Amino acid sequence: MKGEGHAVCLGRDIDTDLIIAGRYLRTKDRSVWAAHVFEDLDPTLAGRLAGAVIVAGPNFGCGSSREQAAVALKEAGVVAVAAPTFARIFFRNAVNIGLLVLECEIPCHEGEAVRFDLDEGWIEAGGTRRPLRPLSPRMREILRSGGLVPYLSGGHG
Amino acid sequence: MGTLAEEILGAPAGEYVDRRVDRAYAHDGTGVLAREAWLSIGTGAFPDPDHRYLIFDHIVPANTSLTADLQKELRVFARQQGMHLSDVGGGVCHQVMAEGYALPGEVIVGADSHSCTLGAFGAFATGVGATDMAGIWATGETWFRVPETTGVFLDGALTGAAAAKDVALAYVSALGMDGATYRALEFVGEGAGGLSMADRLTLSNMAVETGAKAGMFYADAVTREYLAGFGHAVEEQTPVDGYRQEVTLDLGDIEPLLALPPRVDTVCPVAEKEGLAVDQVFLGTCTCGRYEDLEAFARIVRGKKVTVRTVVVPASRAVLTRAASTWVLPALIEAGCAVGTPGCGPCLGAHMGVIGEGEVCLSTANRNFRNRMGVGGEIYLASPQTAAATALAGEIRSPEGCL
Repeated sequence: MKGEGHAVCLGRDIDTDLIIAGRYLRTKDRSVWAAHVFEDLDPTLAGRLAGAVIVAGPNFGCGSSREQAAVALKEAGVVAVAAPTFARIFFRNAVNIGLLVLECEIPCHEGEAVRFDLDEGWIEAGGTRRPLRPLSPRMREILRSGGLVPYLSGGHG
Repeated sequence: MGTLAEEILGAPAGEYVDRRVDRAYAHDGTGVLAREAWLSIGTGAFPDPDHRYLIFDHIVPANTSLTADLQKELRVFARQQGMHLSDVGGGVCHQVMAEGYALPGEVIVGADSHSCTLGAFGAFATGVGATDMAGIWATGETWFRVPETTGVFLDGALTGAAAAKDVALAYVSALGMDGATYRALEFVGEGAGGLSMADRLTLSNMAVETGAKAGMFYADAVTREYLAGFGHAVEEQTPVDGYRQEVTLDLGDIEPLLALPPRVDTVCPVAEKEGLAVDQVFLGTCTCGRYEDLEAFARIVRGKKVTVRTVVVPASRAVLTRAASTWVLPALIEAGCAVGTPGCGPCLGAHMGVIGEGEVCLSTANRNFRNRMGVGGEIYLASPQTAAATALAGEIRSPEGCL
């Protein structure tokens, strides 16, 4: 599980209301969430997320358990989210829907290329390489399956 | 002997365990995606439906055709699977579960972040998202990382106009919004033992605002007596000896507090913001929508008139029924409050009581994130007592002069 993308830098304590507002939750149409992702933080952000690695401050995804937040990022084309810490429900949700989450401390420069390799456990940006905090074996398996649904329907559990 | 989380999950902090989930619940918000995910898993298995609950609380009653259609699907699904269904008007999922469906020592998972509320009973109760819930529906179990525990030591007793909500804001402020990420909180000490079940539920409810996955009290005589009222005979739990204290609060020092927008951990005494005009007051939610909260509010507004629009949403049908059978509900209505259907009300800005751009709401809920109750609106969080004083004044007011 490796990848790369352009950095989109965000601050600390980005809550799930900011990722996708409550007013957009009443639908099953995933494109709605992708279209309105981060709308209340910066309405121009949604257009810059395809192929992006979000590099955020601590406690990314705090607040509500709404899984639509993780789905919105994935649908918008986000490659991975990197942050020193994540709110735990968001972290589980991301893994469960197959969105890569990278626990690490890495400086962020907007637009700069970010590369990572989850199996080897590193992330690199602007010539700096930092370690990733390892995922549990279970989480790695779920991510490798593409999420909890394929993991469970593939005979696990 | 370990912490309560370690005892219930059966392993030391840091280990990963698979645990059977004793009770699992979802609401009309998370249930929609959980149903989709469960159908996609495709095994058709749905073990233990007798301990699975679907509770309509987020958009109740339905506001649009789209919502109504999504709710209809869920209702049909719940009946097909044989789950408990609490339909429109039953109340907020956490409060409905708190009325006899959460017991000490149980592993309880809710598809909502505030599922930590039920830790007030000495259960390991935590929130997950929709796909995790679908996995629990399909397999009956889930994995946990056993959390390290932060002890919140409560000394003394509340005095004057201070309420459990003020204690909750105080500990969230002390720990910060990520001060307990990946950890559990345990509320211990003489002050914890002196709190009512309603107060404990308020404290446990806000644990997630510090990033914690659980916020627990040890079951004691108060827990036993409360649950006996629902026909349950439970054992008390023994607190760990030599508990590691990491946050200490003297309840006697707590004064009415406010969380300032847009962070739950930016807290100051109400007195510092007195005079700030508000457009709406909201009393309710899984934090402060219980009978005791309505009563505390009603005691202040009784015989008077609120001067700003004031929305009251009882947390459950049982709360509403009790308020209707005493002086409390008539007092609220006569004071000019708009009383809504039991549920989440305007807390998450999805349905009814949404605030307009530039408007200020003083709310008894647990979150004041930017735009949460409406685009361009600001939310101050406070106790029911402060909400009542503010509703009368039309501006932020400490309840201290009202008692």
